[in-house]
Amino acid sequence: MPTETPIVNHFSWTIGGPQGTGVDSSANLLLRSCAVAGLYCYGKREYHSTIKTGHSYTQVRVSGIPISSHVDPVHLLTTYEKTAAKIHADEVVTGGAIIYDPGVISADDLNCQDGVLKIAVPYDEILDKLAEEMGQPAAKVKIMKNTLAVGATLAMVNFDMAYIEKALSGLFKGRKAKLVPDNMLAIRKGFEYIQAMQMNGSSVVDQFPYKLEAQPDSPAQMIMSGTTAVALGKLKAGCKMQTYYPITPASDESVYLESQQKEYGINVVQCEDEIASVCMAVGAALTGTRSATSTSCPGFGLKAEGIGWAAMNEVPVVIHDYQRGGPSTGLPTRHEQGDLLSAVFISHGNPPRMVVAPSDMNEYFEDTFHAFNYADQYQTPVIVLTDKCIGNNTMTITPFSEEGLKINRGKLATQDELDRLASLKPELKGQFPRFGDSDDGVSMRSVLGQANGIYWNTGDERDAYGHITEDPDNRQVLMNKRLRKMATAIAEIPESQQFQLYGPKDADTTILTWGSTKGPILDAMPQLLSDGFKFNVLVVRLMSPYPVEGVSRILSKAKTKIGFEMNHTHQLAQLTRMETGFSMDHFINKFTGRPISETEAASAIREIMSSTTTSKKEVVLSYGK
Amino acid sequence: MASNTATPTMAKPMAKDYKSDVVSDWCAGCGDFGIVAAVQGVYAELGIPNHQIISYSGVGCSSKSPHLMHTYGVHTLHGRSIPFSTGTALANPDVKVVVTGGDGDGYGIGAGHFLHAGRRNVNMTYLVYNNEVYGLTKGQASPTLAYGEQPKSLAVPNPNDKVDPLALAVNAGYTFVARSYAYNRTHLMATIKRAMEHRGMAIVDILQPCPTYNNLHTKEWYGEEVEMSGANYPRVYDIEAEGYNGMVQNPADAEEVNRKEIAALTKIRTHEDRVAIGVFWQIEKPTFMDRLTMTNPKLGDTPTYKMVIADADGNPTTDLSATYAEFLTTS
Repeated sequence: MPTETPIVNHFSWTIGGPQGTGVDSSANLLLRSCAVAGLYCYGKREYHSTIKTGHSYTQVRVSGIPISSHVDPVHLLTTYEKTAAKIHADEVVTGGAIIYDPGVISADDLNCQDGVLKIAVPYDEILDKLAEEMGQPAAKVKIMKNTLAVGATLAMVNFDMAYIEKALSGLFKGRKAKLVPDNMLAIRKGFEYIQAMQMNGSSVVDQFPYKLEAQPDSPAQMIMSGTTAVALGKLKAGCKMQTYYPITPASDESVYLESQQKEYGINVVQCEDEIASVCMAVGAALTGTRSATSTSCPGFGLKAEGIGWAAMNEVPVVIHDYQRGGPSTGLPTRHEQGDLLSAVFISHGNPPRMVVAPSDMNEYFEDTFHAFNYADQYQTPVIVLTDKCIGNNTMTITPFSEEGLKINRGKLATQDELDRLASLKPELKGQFPRFGDSDDGVSMRSVLGQANGIYWNTGDERDAYGHITEDPDNRQVLMNKRLRKMATAIAEIPESQQFQLYGPKDADTTILTWGSTKGPILDAMPQLLSDGFKFNVLVVRLMSPYPVEGVSRILSKAKTKIGFEMNHTHQLAQLTRMETGFSMDHFINKFTGRPISETEAASAIREIMSSTTTSKKEVVLSYGK
Repeated sequence: MASNTATPTMAKPMAKDYKSDVVSDWCAGCGDFGIVAAVQGVYAELGIPNHQIISYSGVGCSSKSPHLMHTYGVHTLHGRSIPFSTGTALANPDVKVVVTGGDGDGYGIGAGHFLHAGRRNVNMTYLVYNNEVYGLTKGQASPTLAYGEQPKSLAVPNPNDKVDPLALAVNAGYTFVARSYAYNRTHLMATIKRAMEHRGMAIVDILQPCPTYNNLHTKEWYGEEVEMSGANYPRVYDIEAEGYNGMVQNPADAEEVNRKEIAALTKIRTHEDRVAIGVFWQIEKPTFMDRLTMTNPKLGDTPTYKMVIADADGNPTTDLSATYAEFLTTS
């Protein structure tokens, strides 16, 4: 029975299995195949905090237009073992299909909705035959189950085999290039098996409505994940020292940078702990080297004292916090936006700290670049709040733009300036008033080892040269000086780097959000607008110093304000109320550790905006495994 | 970008040229004074320009030392002097990094860093002022105070055993392990000088009587004689003066390395009434920078503090186009 109208380039696919069995590489291959065919992709990766055996899955959404979120419906579920078939079968929509291995699970055991095609692919049988044809041991060929699964999947959507081969060659380069022919054989077997398959008297391919058509004229895209985007931003900014302690999901960034050391000369040092890694980055920054460290929630907490010291000594250093589910160890491999307030208030006793919160892949790159400029210009630690969702997910994006990216080292003293100052005051014998007061709060900075720049750093309150003093008048001058930098920063940083407003400016409803939650909201927006739900979206990008003026300007125009973020206590709403006095009327929230889909965002916004009640309403979302 | 333009060489630097204008707030009779003076004396002997010395410390009485030095000073957090200074030593290998701190700072709250510093063998010098108490917080027991001892500030005898920092240092991979005594200026200066001339991670544990809180191991106690086999000997004695030699001549000779390491640990762990000072262990090994440079040759060509990252107009000089290509759908 051939399907009615095919649904082209709206495809949602899930592949799952025990961790370590090739789920990731299958997903990468499918995503890359679609991307090189000019399609737009978003790959959501979910995994357990285990090395092997824990169930992991990736959901890949493929679209004819750019996307930055996943959707709840699954059109095709591909499995090659039992668990994934059991766990995800009920997520497949009517009209969708499940590919399963009849050797491990029977069709009757697939707990799916009516009208879902159950497609048996006898992996072992096909691969045994392939092994025979290749004249190779069966065990060696059978590890390609996951590759065969990709071939079977792409046959279902009528995909052009040429793009798979191109994608595979892109994945396996150099020493791995020799793996391409064997994998192509397995893909072809899967592809041909499905193509030839008949069910109830007609081809299964014809019974499956979801199809992918290449868009060869699409502009070139980058296939990117957040940790890599950050790493590239660091390299572009001239970061030459990266320290870290292994932690999920942040380590991927440092491991990638390690692989780039030879090319770019960045020194990546794995430290004994989280405290050492922030301290070591600060110690390197004191020499004038642009320095950074990356971590995730528990590690971020451990860095508090080091961040305070850096702020007290006005040291430029960049700290990325990839937020995951908390509190404590929490959900180490899952997503949440729970660190906003702890970042804005990190470390005791009023240190100036800057907090930046990029909200998409391109901003991960750009804001990382900007963070090093902010650190140098305002001589203080800059925290970049990233998250597991964008950090670990892979998607197609517009290639990074380098337009207008300039390096600004701030008031870094040249040797000539130091020598000139020293000649005016030879009695100082090369000592330099590093912490002297200034109108904008930023003083000229010498770096360790510079002649005529001698000064002292200390965690204690200090005089202009950095010697300890508890003098009350000096204390007042230095506290004012350090914190004045925040006013300077908010006045100097372009508004587009402070916040962004999406959608109709004259809408009565404003959704306040930040970070990766922006993706599903913006994806849901066009349909909602055309359905008559008129709203705009205010995305806060600079959290400290907070853009009080700009945010107030926008919120003052909104009759209804909806806070939309992923943490139990609505931290951005709290911060916004504290800074501007504006409260949210309603909330949309999710804290299951799973990111918000476009489907969920759309239904939650519809629900709140359709509601006639004026009393406070909160929609708590929970979909996803 | 910053550079290390050398100041005109001082004719013949004196110890006082390394003294800052800061007046110390240590108690009268503190052993710290002697150590600072010894360090300044060594700087003068070595003739290092002031701006090329980075005096690091943690937090505590002894950690105020950098403020007394006319050098760059970095008075960090309690227990964290090692990671901070490691960052500096890696980013700018052209300066001399000297870390000072107390026994509580280094072997207590900073014990983890103390251990891992050995594994890395960063080229720097670590001077620990060891007085067995937390002086600045009024005399609590530090990790080097023996079990059952009760200096005057302790309400009850110390329930903890003491750590042996020198044995730990040898095991952790420190390539220069020594002990000296604050009131033996000649030995102290010679030892610090050797530590600073050593290429790699050097530690000198310096016995330093706290006149205010350690009423057990005072300057007088260290100055006493002890009786051995019917004869009297000075309590503090120099192992090298008695013929001990802890220096490995040929680091490639596994037999010699093994023999000397066992000898060092035996010497360190031998309990006696006397107090041994001297260099217990010294070996040449690749430093952390040597090892990093093997996989990252650019570090060897240009230290990170000197790497050019922007042109005169602020344009980033890092060209990522080859890396971008790996992620483009067109490639």
